[in-house]
Amino acid sequence: MPNSRDGATLPARWLRAFWHFWWDFLVGDTPELFVAMLVILGVTLLLAKGVSTTAAWVAMPALVIAALVASVLRGRRAG
Amino acid sequence: MRSSLLLLPGPLPDAPRPTVDVVRVDSSAIVLMVAVFLASAVEMIEALTIVVAAGVSRGWRSALEGGAAAIVVLGVLVAALGPAIVRWVPINSLRVVVGAILLVFGLQWLRKAVLRATGYKPKHDENAIFAKQVEDLEGREPRSSGRDPVGFAVAFKGVFLEGVEVVIIVLTLGTTDHNLGLAALAAAAAAVIVAAIGVVVARQLAGVPENTMKMAVGLMLVSFGSFWSGEGIGVRWPGSDLAIPVLVALYGAVTFIVVRALNAQKARETRKVGRAELA
Repeated sequence: MPNSRDGATLPARWLRAFWHFWWDFLVGDTPELFVAMLVILGVTLLLAKGVSTTAAWVAMPALVIAALVASVLRGRRAG
Repeated sequence: MRSSLLLLPGPLPDAPRPTVDVVRVDSSAIVLMVAVFLASAVEMIEALTIVVAAGVSRGWRSALEGGAAAIVVLGVLVAALGPAIVRWVPINSLRVVVGAILLVFGLQWLRKAVLRATGYKPKHDENAIFAKQVEDLEGREPRSSGRDPVGFAVAFKGVFLEGVEVVIIVLTLGTTDHNLGLAALAAAAAAVIVAAIGVVVARQLAGVPENTMKMAVGLMLVSFGSFWSGEGIGVRWPGSDLAIPVLVALYGAVTFIVVRALNAQKARETRKVGRAELA
């Protein structure tokens, strides 16, 4: 298997490139949005299974809005 | 409206696998079509800037061939991956994963568009990108009389990299809504229209309201992401598919309020600085 200068094989380099692509795509410079997505899905799942589906569909957009506003405010401070 | 079968918590044992490439038009299909069209147009504008820069500096033949080759590869990716995803991935898992991806991706686009609309982030400057690309390409080794490998490679890479985001949007929206054909058609239409405009004006499309389009796409991706990931984890949205345009309107209203509030705050800060300088 051909090796690169850092000694990695071709499949290893492809895997690394694949991982980097998805990392940049989903996390990139806004890790707070990735974490927010996990929290939104987790809370919505708990509400849908444990409380009621009405609570889940009310909470989900509210959490999405909170995540957007928090991330914009963070971006404004950084910018 | 889709049938209530798709709202059941899990796949039925005897339920037939959904098929793809059936063009179905309902409320979610219309939002899907608009989202894919705008996303594709935004990315194609950026790709066109690179192709035109390669054409101007390295020759049109290689640049157009590079762009066309990238579009063919992207089309093959959609054709190969789309039906495979629908066939092998269970619908509820697909909805959660795709919904989560759309939610993150849409929030990223929306955040960027809001920061650009309020001046906290510089807008995408196609003129500057074009000038830099031409300068870089003209600094390379002189082109040969036939095909120019540099022009081909730059155009291919530009179109392919910009197009990968479109492919992901087409695959995620198209497969989850079982409307891959419509999603692919909307993306192709946007590519053709942007390319036609590019041919007519033969320059980068700096005048296009790219940030507004990006904001609209962000709103739709976040709405689809909320709807599908919610459905995948057991949320029963009131009105079924009609919840999607309602979500678009809700997120749109919030985005409008945030942009207005940030603009007002920026104006207050500017006035304060002005008064302090005068004093």
